Amino acid sequence: MGKLTSGLYNRLVIAIPYTWLLLFFLAPFFIVFRISLSTTAIAMPPYEPVFSLADGWAGLWSKIGELSFDNYSYLTEDSLYFNAYVSSVVIAGISTFLTLLIAYPIAYGMAQAPRSIRPTLVMLVILPFWTSFLIRVYSWIAILKPEGLLNQLLLSLQIIDSPLIILNTNTAVYIGIVYSYLPFMVLPLYSALEKMDGTLIEAAQDLGCTPIKAFWRVTFPLSIPGVVAGCMLVFIPAVGEFVIPDLLGGSQTLMIGKTLWNEFNANRDWPVSSAVATILLMILVIPIVFFQNAQAKAEERGK
Amino acid sequence: MLKWTRFNIISVTLGFAFLYLPIVLLVIFSFNESKLVTVWGGFSTKWYVSLLSNQGLLDAAWVTIRVGLLSATVATILGTMAALTLVRYTRFHGRMLFSGMIYAPLVMPDVITGLSLLLLFVAIGFDRGFWTITLAHTTLTMCFVAVVVQSRLLSFDQSIEEAAQDLGAPPVRTFFEITLPIIAPAVLSGWILAFTLSLDDLVIASFTSGPGATTLPMRIYSQVRLGVTPEINAVCTILIAIVTVGVICASVVTKRREIQRQRDERAAAAGA
Repeated sequence: MGKLTSGLYNRLVIAIPYTWLLLFFLAPFFIVFRISLSTTAIAMPPYEPVFSLADGWAGLWSKIGELSFDNYSYLTEDSLYFNAYVSSVVIAGISTFLTLLIAYPIAYGMAQAPRSIRPTLVMLVILPFWTSFLIRVYSWIAILKPEGLLNQLLLSLQIIDSPLIILNTNTAVYIGIVYSYLPFMVLPLYSALEKMDGTLIEAAQDLGCTPIKAFWRVTFPLSIPGVVAGCMLVFIPAVGEFVIPDLLGGSQTLMIGKTLWNEFNANRDWPVSSAVATILLMILVIPIVFFQNAQAKAEERGK
Repeated sequence: MLKWTRFNIISVTLGFAFLYLPIVLLVIFSFNESKLVTVWGGFSTKWYVSLLSNQGLLDAAWVTIRVGLLSATVATILGTMAALTLVRYTRFHGRMLFSGMIYAPLVMPDVITGLSLLLLFVAIGFDRGFWTITLAHTTLTMCFVAVVVQSRLLSFDQSIEEAAQDLGAPPVRTFFEITLPIIAPAVLSGWILAFTLSLDDLVIASFTSGPGATTLPMRIYSQVRLGVTPEINAVCTILIAIVTVGVICASVVTKRREIQRQRDERAAAAGA
């Protein structure tokens, strides 16, 4: 009896979240892929063919014959899409690198802080992440606009003569991404640096390393798992970012998340949006698998 | 020897200034008399007063809170189960896929998640609105809950559970009487995280909502596009206040429990 209930219990604990994710996370991707092979229609849903069980097998087969890769060849014909993919990857890559540069000293400083205040510092990094992302991006508008606070400050200090144009440029997008994703970079770096054994640095310095050399040869290599995890956490969502380029970037800022959103909401072209999403997903599969492996390794180490 | 050097102090201080300055400015300007968001015209609470008569915003806030409460609760249950699965059942068919489905949503761009869920709801003929947003948020946030609870379960001494089962407690009872009280702080912070993520989400909600269900971020977003108003600053300040109070409460509860647990452990050790 005990065995039986525990077998059932184990199975339910696995099966319930598993089924949920299969239904609401994995299955939707197959639907996206399938709709990306459809053609646009002026109907609801706005694509053809629509499969229905009422057609029977013969009907189903003839409709499968109507599927095509036309949307994908359309994406290759219009340079807008290609440019948007490339520019998203470039913007996300540069932002990730900048985030790493800014986050590293912060995480390093936190890891060196007196033990008693470290939990408070970690809390302070997490807190802005728990206030709305949209609000944090929005607050930058008031800072960056031509008559905004940054320009007022720089003008009054007489550092500049005329207001800097930052809002509605790619620079604003970089600032927005670095700012919004900074906690995602600081936390994994901190947890890698915090675990580090301080005596290793001492040993390196005793053996004649300068502090900078000791950092490059000892500290940095030991923090690489944190660097990898942080870069993945910033880069992958940044590639598909919509809110930041839309609010802070100008009309010439080209990112695929924004293109997909417009394709869907303004043009109402569901099959092409699905094709855009499918390719975006394929671009991201490699870094996502990389990220998942890093997570699985962290899981192993935790045991 | 490692030291809390001046360089370290400066970099941490500057980092935190960068993180908090925009939020602080936003809160300050929500009390601005002037309609211009960047010019200080004296202290005033008029934007908070005008919020009370903005029915559209209030309705949106109510939808957001209901979606958040419901999705965070379901996500916490599912996420805790998922965490148990990740930690306890290291070998079963399809485990790789399972852990992939837990970690992938953490980094998946919102536009992909949103679009794919929308197309699912259309394909199965599910009317979009309150329920579809709730389902979407549950799916996304359960993965965050799973990761938070998982990290607590990893440091959990399983022998206590085994002892309970040896004494004849069935698994469900073991879970509720032994496991849950111990992992409760993580479950609670998972719930809060899920709730704030749901409050926060614009993109997935926009894709999965239908007529009649507008969430606060959707409302804020459409107003921001028309121009920045101090009223939005006021809404944002209220949201920040709610989250801050929630986080502080959670950390106080966690700390109390931690102290209590240490006291119990010391007492047990002294008794033995």
